Amino acid sequence: MSYVKPKFRHPRLPTNRLGFTVADYDGAISTLCAGCGHDSISASIRSACFESSLPPHRIAKVSGIGCSSKMPTYFLGKSHGFNSVHGRMPSVATGASLANRDLTYIGVSGDGDTASIGMGQFVHLVRRNVNMTYIVANNGCYGLTKGQDSATADLGSVSKYGDVNGFDGIDLASLAILQGASFVARSFSGDKEQLVPLIRAAMAHNGFAFIDVVSPCVTFNNHSGSTKSYEETRAHLDMMPLDFVPMREEIKAQYDEGTSKSVTLHDGSAIHLKKAISGHETDNRQTALNTIQQANAENRVLTGLLFLDPNSQNLNTKLELATRPLNELGKDELCPGSKVLKSINEGLR
Amino acid sequence: MKPTNTADPEYFHKVVDCQFACPAHTPVPEYIRLIAQERYTDAYMINWESNVFPGVLGRTCDRPCEPACRRGRVEEEPVAICRLKRVAADFKDDVKHLIPQAGPKNGKRIALIGGGPASLTVARDLAPLGYELHLYDEHAKAGGFMRSQIPAFRLPDEVLDEEVDYVLNMGIHTTFNTYVDSLQSILDKNYDAVFVGCGAPRGRDLPSLPGRKEADANIHLGIDWLSSVAFEHTKKIGKRVIVLGGGNTAMDCCRTSRRLGGEDVKVIVRSPFEDMKASPWEKEDTIHEGIPILDNHVPKEFVVKKGKLVGMTFEKVKAVYDEEGKRRLVPTGEDLVHVDCDDVLIAIGQENAFPWIEKSTGVRFTSWGTPIINDDETFQSTRKEVFFGGDSAFGPANIITAVAHGHKAAVSIDMYCNGKNPEVDRPAPHHTLVSQKMGIHEWSYDSIPVTDKREAVPLVDLKEALKSKTLEVELGFDADTAFVQAERCLNCDAQTVFTESTCIECDACTDICPTSCISFIENGDEDDLRARLLVPAENPEQDLYVSDTLPTGKVMVKDEDVCLHCGLCAERCPTAAWDMQKFFYTMAKATPDLLVEAAE
Repeated sequence: MSYVKPKFRHPRLPTNRLGFTVADYDGAISTLCAGCGHDSISASIRSACFESSLPPHRIAKVSGIGCSSKMPTYFLGKSHGFNSVHGRMPSVATGASLANRDLTYIGVSGDGDTASIGMGQFVHLVRRNVNMTYIVANNGCYGLTKGQDSATADLGSVSKYGDVNGFDGIDLASLAILQGASFVARSFSGDKEQLVPLIRAAMAHNGFAFIDVVSPCVTFNNHSGSTKSYEETRAHLDMMPLDFVPMREEIKAQYDEGTSKSVTLHDGSAIHLKKAISGHETDNRQTALNTIQQANAENRVLTGLLFLDPNSQNLNTKLELATRPLNELGKDELCPGSKVLKSINEGLR
Repeated sequence: MKPTNTADPEYFHKVVDCQFACPAHTPVPEYIRLIAQERYTDAYMINWESNVFPGVLGRTCDRPCEPACRRGRVEEEPVAICRLKRVAADFKDDVKHLIPQAGPKNGKRIALIGGGPASLTVARDLAPLGYELHLYDEHAKAGGFMRSQIPAFRLPDEVLDEEVDYVLNMGIHTTFNTYVDSLQSILDKNYDAVFVGCGAPRGRDLPSLPGRKEADANIHLGIDWLSSVAFEHTKKIGKRVIVLGGGNTAMDCCRTSRRLGGEDVKVIVRSPFEDMKASPWEKEDTIHEGIPILDNHVPKEFVVKKGKLVGMTFEKVKAVYDEEGKRRLVPTGEDLVHVDCDDVLIAIGQENAFPWIEKSTGVRFTSWGTPIINDDETFQSTRKEVFFGGDSAFGPANIITAVAHGHKAAVSIDMYCNGKNPEVDRPAPHHTLVSQKMGIHEWSYDSIPVTDKREAVPLVDLKEALKSKTLEVELGFDADTAFVQAERCLNCDAQTVFTESTCIECDACTDICPTSCISFIENGDEDDLRARLLVPAENPEQDLYVSDTLPTGKVMVKDEDVCLHCGLCAERCPTAAWDMQKFFYTMAKATPDLLVEAAE
């Protein structure tokens, strides 16, 4: 087994606005199982950061425990990272985001880390609208402990050992919408054409952006009877493709009137929804929930941008916190002196 | 695009760039791996089987393999293939017992005209089959231009003798010191076939340049002069020497002059320095020995005073290229340049000359003076039992090309002598494709490429070198350096073989590929596919490997251009749809392959 990736790269790799190639966003070589969907998500995050020309040193990766939470090692090797306690990544992410609001936060979690042990933390993270991108690599099983059903395993899905799951799976996307999330999407690790623009849009979004990514466990959940295998997911995929156009760029693609819709984010970038499922409205929490429930009932894996409130207020804004990172505040700002203290005291008299 | 037909051995053959570029298709990565394993004898024999003169070629080859080397496309410098070949020759054990013996006589007799690499290759291939081979050469020893035109300080006699003798000791009947002046006289001896491998023996002259006749005593044709030095008829030259020409022969002439008393030796050439025909490394070696190269000088006159050559005049020119890239040398209008000299060596090219082949023999020639040959496979002339090869077939080339001709001509001669038409049903090349998987994620070769740089071969001290006509200038790599240099090889013969039926389109290979070679996209025509790949495929000389349609309707497209053959695609493939398989290929030879099995 190879523990290092060769140093050589394609000599004609394209560069982004910062002059970086996609290789500058690489991490260490993956130690996940060969063919793991998570590796495709890593590659998509890498491409998204490259395409959006984010400086690697201005990104922070946070994760919990599990196969999914090992992922940050395998992308953005020159970024900050914090591999936290099982299910407790939301606390770390919240603190980090409040302390330094200028970094781009990418949280990577799994169905166990989010929907079981971390459920309590997750809903509060959603509720507080922490400014970050939160990706769940959802494979419906505990791959790290030999494939037991997880809380997102679908009702009736058959485990590798032949057991039929008798419980309803938690739909994290619906839960997030219900709990007031401002950006909710679902995608499939094998569909980078959709996943990459979704991640770019999520990173541009001001507030909590949640992406539930079906990511097959090639070792324990890729057999017939599993509802989250590559084959089964592809067979039931109902995709809503989209483009992400950053603020500075011109819109080049042609879109048909009526079938497409464009949403502008707070930073001026735009999301073009190329095919809306009939009846689906991304700006309406209620109809979004309805179409997701409808799709779930019909065994369709509905992927794309499910809900977006582009004008949401993130936690920092809501709490009226300092507009600059704490580490940039100097002595004069932290200790404004007796004059200021006096005027505060005067105000309280 | 249609799915790539990997059943055709030529597809994977082309991926092994070095081997494909080698006229004799030497299995380069295979022998380089053997060198890294210190199996020098095996490495030598793989070479010997393909190119007959590994020790000679490891010093003197024109190395078409190196510009082709994939390493040169992913990094600056190719693998030091040529000098690694020399390592195999330098460090091998005694190989005499591994060389095939003459086979039981089959009653057929073949004449070989000229004792150079082409004829010796034919002899090597036909002797084990029981042919009686009669070799004629005008010199006292075999070797052809390897002996007469490559100076001993580049190729020591012992090295050449050893490899020539491996062939001659297969019971070849030799007739030395005999210039064949009539093809008819050879045909009259009732040979079953005649092979002409006499080289391109006539050096080009400047017959109409003023002063040529008067100064004749001090003007020499390069190849004749080198030959005369090699056979020790010429032992010295004047102090001031002008060498005309910009090819490898000119480089050998000037360096030899330095060792024969030439103190002020200059190479003067018409073309710009960059356009000179000499290999870059030979130009470097020349400059290293303190020999200036004056480019853009067109010879105008041999200046003669009192009946003796005293110098030459040149017109300065500059190269002007038209829209089609065609070059013209335009005078700059400056004054003529006068260069003093005692001797001039003319090394401005060679041409074929066959004054000894009678029209009545039925061997016909093109207007260029080369024989009319069926094609570059059969080497059969217009007289069916006469075959040509080496420089005498298509004009001056190099040793490795002559060897390749020899192999093909030997196949033709063998077919012809067995009553078959050499144009139809020629034997196919030998090839095998074997998985290199040793376990989960493990390959039988060092798959991850090292980042070491290419190193130059060490040279002997310049002062010592210039004192001797025979002291070899290049010292060759030592074993440690050879190992590092061998490890630079990317193992292009470890092929990435894709099986559509097991692919689950998980993208793992695309995600891991360090050089972004693999894309899963909708099919299209070649230009369209090339433009839409992860990194557009801009090198049209390198093929696209295209799969059949996969379940999602996409196809796998791999751009072979900068694939590192690191095996990561296959390591990260959960279903072994990718496999690394060693492709072993040797060109068809008259003699069955002897050593292929031992190598695998």
